[in-house]
Amino acid sequence: MTVNDLCNIEGFNPLTLPEGDREISGVYIGDLLSWVMGKARSDNAWITIMSNINTLAVASLTDVACVILAEGVTLEEEVKNAAENKGINVITSAYSAYDTALILSKAQ
Amino acid sequence: MSEQVVFTFDVDGDDFTSAGHASMQVKKNLRQLGIDPDIIRRVSIAMYEGEINMVIHARGGVATVSVSEEYIEIILKDEGPGISDIEQAMQEGFSTAPDNIRTLGFGAGMGLPNMKRYTDYMNIESQVGVGTTITMRVNLE
Repeated sequence: MTVNDLCNIEGFNPLTLPEGDREISGVYIGDLLSWVMGKARSDNAWITIMSNINTLAVASLTDVACVILAEGVTLEEEVKNAAENKGINVITSAYSAYDTALILSKAQ
Repeated sequence: MSEQVVFTFDVDGDDFTSAGHASMQVKKNLRQLGIDPDIIRRVSIAMYEGEINMVIHARGGVATVSVSEEYIEIILKDEGPGISDIEQAMQEGFSTAPDNIRTLGFGAGMGLPNMKRYTDYMNIESQVGVGTTITMRVNLE
């Protein structure tokens, strides 16, 4: 499944989608950034509620396919612009982290 | 004969949100050099953790990255408070980061362990009240 495909699912809305054709392979859920850096794999969808500028740095360094902000969390304008510039896909999900992961699991 | 490539960055200690600029730039530079993506990932994550540490604890410092034929070496040098017990600081979950850092998603006590995990060699030299120098290497072969 690509990030574009994910955005077609109800409840998932793109905030930035500079590289929507990236393929998603696996999921990592976490809010502690160093844990994410230690554990998330390249091409994972990363589900979190952290939406500050450091989230973008971690997403870029771990090379995840996209960041999914659970519970309807969104980005401040400044962070959104930075995500666009850094080429990071950020999607907001209306669901909890658990339900978001379940939907991804079924869709893959 | 190939010459060594060296990048040097000042890590700004006042601006927490800009932490990561140096490691992102290194990621970009290494990609241009055609380095293997997995090695780039390890180098840039280890360096980012180090950068964050310098911002949280040491009011910034200097990061130097050099690329030789054998390895990529990252040297992080600061004039911060120093680490009194390195063995304790290396334990997963041990952190002295203040609460405001935790709300940003850091301070989990995983920084130094991640730096060790992602590199092939890591050495910490630290003197309380003087500063800390961390040397990390990721082998290219």
